[in-house]
Amino acid sequence: MKKDFTQKIGFSLISLSILITLLFLFIIIYFIFIRGIKIISLEFLTQSPRNAMTEGGVAPAILGTFYLTLGAIIFALPLGLACAIYINEYSPKSYILNIIRLSINNLAGVPSVVFGLFGLAVFVKYFKFGVSILSGSLTLGILVLPVIISSSQEALLAIPQSLREASLALGATKWQTIKNIVLPYALPGILTGVILSIGRVAGETAPILFTAAAFYIKGYPKSIFSEVMALPYHIYALMTEGTHPYKQKEIAYGCCLILLCLVLLVSTIAIVIRQKQKKQYYG
Amino acid sequence: MLKNIIIFKENLYKWTFTILAFSSLLFLSGIVIILFKEGLPIFRKVKIFEFLFGKFWYPTYQPPEFGILPLILGSFLVSIGAMLICVPLGIGSALYLNEIASKKQKAILKPLIEILASIPSVVYGFFGMVVLAPFLQNLLNIPIGLCAFTASLTLGIMATPTVCSIAEDALSYVPNSFREASFALGANRWQTLVKVVIPAAGSGISTAIILGISRAIGETMTVLMVAGGSAIIPKSFFDPVRPMTAAIAAEMGETSIGSDHFYALFAIALILFLITFIFNIIAEIVSRKYRLKLGLAG
Repeated sequence: MKKDFTQKIGFSLISLSILITLLFLFIIIYFIFIRGIKIISLEFLTQSPRNAMTEGGVAPAILGTFYLTLGAIIFALPLGLACAIYINEYSPKSYILNIIRLSINNLAGVPSVVFGLFGLAVFVKYFKFGVSILSGSLTLGILVLPVIISSSQEALLAIPQSLREASLALGATKWQTIKNIVLPYALPGILTGVILSIGRVAGETAPILFTAAAFYIKGYPKSIFSEVMALPYHIYALMTEGTHPYKQKEIAYGCCLILLCLVLLVSTIAIVIRQKQKKQYYG
Repeated sequence: MLKNIIIFKENLYKWTFTILAFSSLLFLSGIVIILFKEGLPIFRKVKIFEFLFGKFWYPTYQPPEFGILPLILGSFLVSIGAMLICVPLGIGSALYLNEIASKKQKAILKPLIEILASIPSVVYGFFGMVVLAPFLQNLLNIPIGLCAFTASLTLGIMATPTVCSIAEDALSYVPNSFREASFALGANRWQTLVKVVIPAAGSGISTAIILGISRAIGETMTVLMVAGGSAIIPKSFFDPVRPMTAAIAAEMGETSIGSDHFYALFAIALILFLITFIFNIIAEIVSRKYRLKLGLAG
């Protein structure tokens, strides 16, 4: 009897913990949704800010986030994918390679503000790109490079060796095997990694603090060397700068809702792709 | 002739990949090099010991004082507070997903928690600032809502999905035969869970905890917005603090490039990098041993 009673208490505690977790997260989403939806309108999504950030919309910030994310992925995807292909398909297996792989995985855990400082020292200062879309994109690109490398590598590792051997046995060259056999099979896995990185890049604030972001710029950015507004930084700036804290808070709610929808949408897509792929493999 | 072209193409691709791979490695090793290059100059002016254990962080005074002990303590205070929340909640949720939830429940809850893990930190920071801080200030009757306690709570909620996902992975690696053997000996589900499954997944769960700490220490926006920002050694959980990440983010914009303050902030970043790197390596080693123990090496 006693052991059944202990089980009951234990299981209740475990169930309680997941309930609390979900409750907290729903409260956050609920607050942002209820307060944010009030401010969102067509004008909010398509206009520039007016009257010292108290009116108008946040279109430049949405566009800025789009530019920065696009730039980061353009930079990091080819590099990361090539790195994963090289490590997995071409390079001789060795002890040093294991260390390299370990380091790459660990770089994914380095605080994002450290990447921001790197971007400041290298792109803003050394290469003299200044505080710009280019510097910000490159910084964000380097931030997700380890993520893209390790997720692509996982996707490549999951492909059975026998598939490669079959292709080589039919007389295909190494590149033909990679192009026609390995990559098509690894594509959903790679795609999942890339989409998750898009979500991460879009929401990152610390790396663009000193490399790209501005609270307000007049009009839209003109070239990759101009400063840019970005949604996550805009939320932070609305809460800490400016002269109308109360009105700015409402706008920040709106920005949060847009960012939240964007990121949740992107990660849902990634997870759906992965779920489908799992079904394909395991029936 | 055709053969030559094919061989040429093969080599071309091979070299393209090699060059791209090494340039990305170059970028990544560049981070370490830059951190050392820009972080070490401050130690010509301030001794390492004074820097790490100095009690005063007054970088803009004349003469300035660069003691980062208040910042280190701020980081650890907030992180430990966050762990007290996210470890029980995260591991409890993982246990629920793996041991209690039906297949249908798990198919919904697991992706849901994963999606929630992707909410940007600035959103958590915003929530902590506008909802949680005023609420706690009234509830607990404390002088300032933006303090280490609020930051810990926000950070703890934020890290819970991460800890849950990693711990859940570890639990799912435990072979079902372990559980069946325990049931066959007459143990019930709770006894099996406590005496067999958790010990078997122990090092995997520790990995989740270590990575959780590492993430909490490195998190920037949440603590920048919620922790209160005062660079004084905290006396209680309800004092405002300035963790290392927040100091970098808040002060880098105000320094001139090449000043002592600039180098000091890079030195903080270097220390932060080393702390998180060591934590991550430990996590990696622990989880590797664990996989070996369960016969899942590879």
